[in-house]
Amino acid sequence: MDMIVQMLPQLLIDGLTLGFVYAIVALGYTMVYGILEFINFAHSEIFMVGAFAGTETLLFLQGSGYLENMPAPLALFLAVGVGMILSGLLGVTVERIAYKPVRHAPKLVAFISAIGVSFFLQDAVRLIEGLWKNAFYLSTPQLFDTSIQVMDTMKIPVKVIYIVAIAIVMMVALSLFVGKHKWGKAMRTVAQDKDTAALVGINVDAVISLTFLIGAGLGGAAGTLFSVQYTLISPYVGFILGMKAFTAAVLGGIGSIPGAMLGGLLLGLVEVFGAAFLGIATGGMIGAEYKDVLAFTILIIILIFKPSGLLGKAVVEKV
Amino acid sequence: MKKLLIVFLSLTLVVAAAGCGAQGSSGSGGGNVIKVATVTPLSGSQAAVGESIKNGAQMALEERKEEFKALGFELQIAPQDDQADPKVGVTVAQKLIVDDNILAVVGHWNSGVAIPSSEVYAQKNLAMVSPANTAVDVTERNLGNVNRICIRDDAQGPAGADFAYNELGAKTGFIIHDKTTYGQGVADEWKNRYEAIGGKLLGYEGITAGESDFSAVEELVRAAGPDIVYFGGIYPEGSLLIKQLKEKGIDVKFMGADGMDSAEVITIAGDSAIGTYYTSAAADINSTPEGKAFADKYTEKFGKQPQAYSGYGYDAMNVALDGIIKAINENSGEKPTRDQVTAAVRTTSGFVGVSTNVTFDDKGDNTEATVYALTFEEAKYPSAVVKMIPAGEYLK
Repeated sequence: MDMIVQMLPQLLIDGLTLGFVYAIVALGYTMVYGILEFINFAHSEIFMVGAFAGTETLLFLQGSGYLENMPAPLALFLAVGVGMILSGLLGVTVERIAYKPVRHAPKLVAFISAIGVSFFLQDAVRLIEGLWKNAFYLSTPQLFDTSIQVMDTMKIPVKVIYIVAIAIVMMVALSLFVGKHKWGKAMRTVAQDKDTAALVGINVDAVISLTFLIGAGLGGAAGTLFSVQYTLISPYVGFILGMKAFTAAVLGGIGSIPGAMLGGLLLGLVEVFGAAFLGIATGGMIGAEYKDVLAFTILIIILIFKPSGLLGKAVVEKV
Repeated sequence: MKKLLIVFLSLTLVVAAAGCGAQGSSGSGGGNVIKVATVTPLSGSQAAVGESIKNGAQMALEERKEEFKALGFELQIAPQDDQADPKVGVTVAQKLIVDDNILAVVGHWNSGVAIPSSEVYAQKNLAMVSPANTAVDVTERNLGNVNRICIRDDAQGPAGADFAYNELGAKTGFIIHDKTTYGQGVADEWKNRYEAIGGKLLGYEGITAGESDFSAVEELVRAAGPDIVYFGGIYPEGSLLIKQLKEKGIDVKFMGADGMDSAEVITIAGDSAIGTYYTSAAADINSTPEGKAFADKYTEKFGKQPQAYSGYGYDAMNVALDGIIKAINENSGEKPTRDQVTAAVRTTSGFVGVSTNVTFDDKGDNTEATVYALTFEEAKYPSAVVKMIPAGEYLK
């Protein structure tokens, strides 16, 4: 019991950090689903490209000597910006090339198309990094190496504070945008009914592009934050993380933006606490390696009682 | 006109083919030629290490040409390329068994290639001396012709446990593994030995390869407070663990197996890697005096530095050649059969080499093989050898 109490504060911090990364990536899945009712499985690779773009930016700053002389937050903002813009543009391009031509085909076609894009991006990045650096594991430069000792058993690294702050700012901005802005309203309208939205004068194609731009941009920013926090990326880093973020989106209620945030945080916490306490709770019978089993068991139980997810609306069949 | 061209082209081809044939047959002389093949990857991504093994073997062979000439034989090397591909390896093996002058094979580099290829050698009882195949199954199939001079994978765990307990004084341990056959396998071997010699295990947890957040497991390490963390897995996760433990301020010794034997550890973990340990089947050849002398000769001959397994290539070839000479003597100076060579190689005992001494047991495992315990003294690769642990007692 002592052990649990002692570990609790630090685990909370670690779980929330992981949860925020899941949450931002989950937003990308949920936004696209909300509009197109289609799971964009290439989103995990958009995330990965964002991680590479951000890391390469930091490596460039480091290589040219700017990194030492500039304030670390500025470098972080620059990297996140580059990751966001590149990923956002990539998201729009992918939509135009791979999804738009098959938009009116059965949903499975777009789904297969997404899997194809996913493989393509993984290997494209592997090829480029292989030719360029002759290695595809990239180590992200250390930005903040200090921590704040909050209490005896809790230490918050400065980088975590920045990562969480950036994540919260992005989520609030997104919520305001979708809730209040003209384009946000247009997005919600398209989500409800594409054809009627077109009838009332909304440019549906533009709205879809915008959705991909924002969703992928957030994914790219998440990728950069991820690389700063966990400092090692590879072209395959998106796969497991994408799965988890998608799970978070379903847990929160796919199509619901606050749901994705809640689902991400919850999944991050469950995973970290599960990994730490499974062994203690079962007297060492099953350990941290079963954390995913625990997380998915919880997911399934929640979905049995609330099939539309925690914050999802009950689906009314569109006629 | 077109037909004429075709006729002309086919004629050219025939002539060229004939030329090749003539060249090919002139290479293999009369009945007194003895050939030893090396089979390693000479093209593709693993060509560098394959070539370094072949070069080591070639050096040994060229040094002993005179010795064979005195016995009345012309000794030749037959370097082959298995492209690190099991399919190619088997094809090469089939080519080798039909050439009666080939009496032994030094190879391969990949255990996955060695295992199917050695089945082919076994059909004609062609002796194989492996410089580098550590997979347990290589000798565990009890093929009479298959021998290896390096350690088996299942020696690393126990050797690491002994080293941690006796040399590092780590009385309490914590295992983290990556749930793979390799990672959990080596971790379990470590655990069994560690507990058998009196070590106390404070935790045994798994992580998922491909993930990046190991914070919960790291907090468990902090809470348990062990002397050492033993990691069963590969370097991407291992290096991240090293780095994250350091960042979290968890002060604990760290040890892994040869999954951590990579220059990437330094790229990923940087200075955090300093002072971490791992075991491996080979080490920088310059770390012993005999190895250093070998390295100098090698560099002079080939114009580049030998790699960790060059010395094993050299030793494997010498073991094979010793076996052939023994078979010649037992055959009263006549050219021996493959059966005789295979039997003679298996009886190798007390061989002294530059990388390892060799005595084969009845499975073809080397009872004098060495597990190297290494550490990063500074943030650079290759790392330094701390201890050479005899692996004979770990043989099963």
